[in-house]
Amino acid sequence: MRESSPDPLLYDYHPYHRRPPLVWPDGKAVAVWVAPNLEYYEIDPPPHPMRKAWTRPAPDVVGYAHRDHANRVSHWRMADVMTAHGFPGSVSLSVALCQHHPQVVADAQARGWEFFSHGIYNTRYAYDMDEAQERAIIEDSIRTVQDATGQRIRGWLAPALTHTPRTLDLLAEYGFDYTCDLYHDDQVQEVKVARGRLASIPYSLEVNDHYGFFVYNMSGREYADTLIRQFERLAAEGQRSGTVMCIPLHAYLIGQPHRIGPFEEALAHIAADGRAWLATAGEIVDCWRRQQEPSREQVAPTKIEGAEPRLPGMLGR
Amino acid sequence: MSLDPGYLDYPGRREGYDHDLYRWSDLHQRTPVRWPQGSVAIWLCVSLEWFPITPADKPFRAPGHMATPYPDLRHYTARDYGNRVGVWRFLDAFERVGVRASFAVNAAVAERYPEIISAVAAGGHEIIAHSTDMNGTIDSTLAEPEERALIAGALTRIEAATGKRPQGWLSIARSQSWRTPDILREQGVTYCCDWVNDELPYRFSNGLINLPLNHELSDRQIIATQQQSAESWRQSLGDAFDWLAREAQREGGGRMLPIHLTPYISALPYRIAAVEGLLADLAGRAEAWFATGEEIVRCWAAQNPAEGAAGS
Repeated sequence: MRESSPDPLLYDYHPYHRRPPLVWPDGKAVAVWVAPNLEYYEIDPPPHPMRKAWTRPAPDVVGYAHRDHANRVSHWRMADVMTAHGFPGSVSLSVALCQHHPQVVADAQARGWEFFSHGIYNTRYAYDMDEAQERAIIEDSIRTVQDATGQRIRGWLAPALTHTPRTLDLLAEYGFDYTCDLYHDDQVQEVKVARGRLASIPYSLEVNDHYGFFVYNMSGREYADTLIRQFERLAAEGQRSGTVMCIPLHAYLIGQPHRIGPFEEALAHIAADGRAWLATAGEIVDCWRRQQEPSREQVAPTKIEGAEPRLPGMLGR
Repeated sequence: MSLDPGYLDYPGRREGYDHDLYRWSDLHQRTPVRWPQGSVAIWLCVSLEWFPITPADKPFRAPGHMATPYPDLRHYTARDYGNRVGVWRFLDAFERVGVRASFAVNAAVAERYPEIISAVAAGGHEIIAHSTDMNGTIDSTLAEPEERALIAGALTRIEAATGKRPQGWLSIARSQSWRTPDILREQGVTYCCDWVNDELPYRFSNGLINLPLNHELSDRQIIATQQQSAESWRQSLGDAFDWLAREAQREGGGRMLPIHLTPYISALPYRIAAVEGLLADLAGRAEAWFATGEEIVRCWAAQNPAEGAAGS
């Protein structure tokens, strides 16, 4: 992105109506991926000048214990219904969970899930990090997940969605293939980075279980119904050009006993429909990448110091 | 401008937790717990709260407390409605299906409303200590002597008003300080209900038992905070029971459904039928064991003796 520019110049404008058809394997219309957030929240993290970790003085019993429910009870509930209906996980991982609760990480690994980084802890924010600090958390993430699972992570969802202006450029430099931080589209899109290339895969705030239950205050059944509506629309539109639906989850929310049953019914509905390609984030990005124009794929945008940003029509300064 | 270099130090990054309050354990791998009957222990827990019309903001103002400038007659009276009217609807509803519950009471409620305490005792229900009154909040900004005095005072006053020292403790808003588990232990409390990280009892490092009172299933969370209807709350609780009964059967261990009720929320005339309907449904289920917090803790503890306690 371009720092301090009113348009951060993250991507080109591509109208939804004029895109070349994107084809998913076996003629599926919508690639559905599930993103369980496997997180660790520190009980008393160091303060960050721009964001408080907890609303109450440590220990914030309900805040901390609610999230701890994931690692004692609800991870396995969530994971079992995903496995039962054929949904692999693409894990948004607080990488320090590899140290704190290796049993949870090992369970995800044993299910064949993919891991990407969600920072070290969800209580350590990237705002105001200098370049060396941000490189340190990226390198820590790569190393920690490699040591724990043997996987080289390919994706990133910033810790607690906190970024710096250089985050996306650094991800491309370190060879990451995708970011989950941008919410501008229902299809995979190219991100403009200083060097190399980076794809943006649709994650979701709107059908994130956190939004469902704590922003929109839905019941478990209303959330399940929302997922089905989201799926039905994206599957219908995906007949023309393949769409992407992400289901971002937190076990401590979706794995509560009153929500997991309706959620399982939504998964069963999507799996039985026949139009869904149940895939991991990496598989979706790879399939999309193979269908891009070689010229677009190879010519990486370069940063030209002092040049006027080139803006599409309506977005003049 | 950049962050302090220490922001990337992680002194608590180790196997297990970043604190020593309790140890990690996976619910699904534990030795299965058995209840005297059924597979899902249903724990009804009613909070009985008295909100002084002069709210205290230290350590923090309790949820549900006064909201308008003094004198906030509307909230003072709307909350007290629970103690005058709502609680009696709950007591009738429990009697109708023949079940016993826990009542988490402020010391002020025990002292001010002896008629409630008599009826609770007559119904065979349990009294849990729920601080002094709704100004009796706790967090780590409260000095240790004040916290000890608050907890000891609440227990003593409830014991004086009821004739029995409570075994259980529920903090206001489930909010504790770093010291609370030790003070509760020192005051002879067997269990607290504040930590919502589990669905079965477990032991703190200091021997205190935590009986998790799921806040997500409470009428306060679903009806007052999320603004769902009472019918939606009933449906959610029914869904929870169905899931837990299936999970208990599949995994072979008992489960627990905590139902946290507040009389000024779910005992209103237009909502109480949802509570009664849920109770009637659950009372008809063979998997259900209605029990007080104390009974659940005792049953669990008999099967999970404290380390070092065996043979002593």
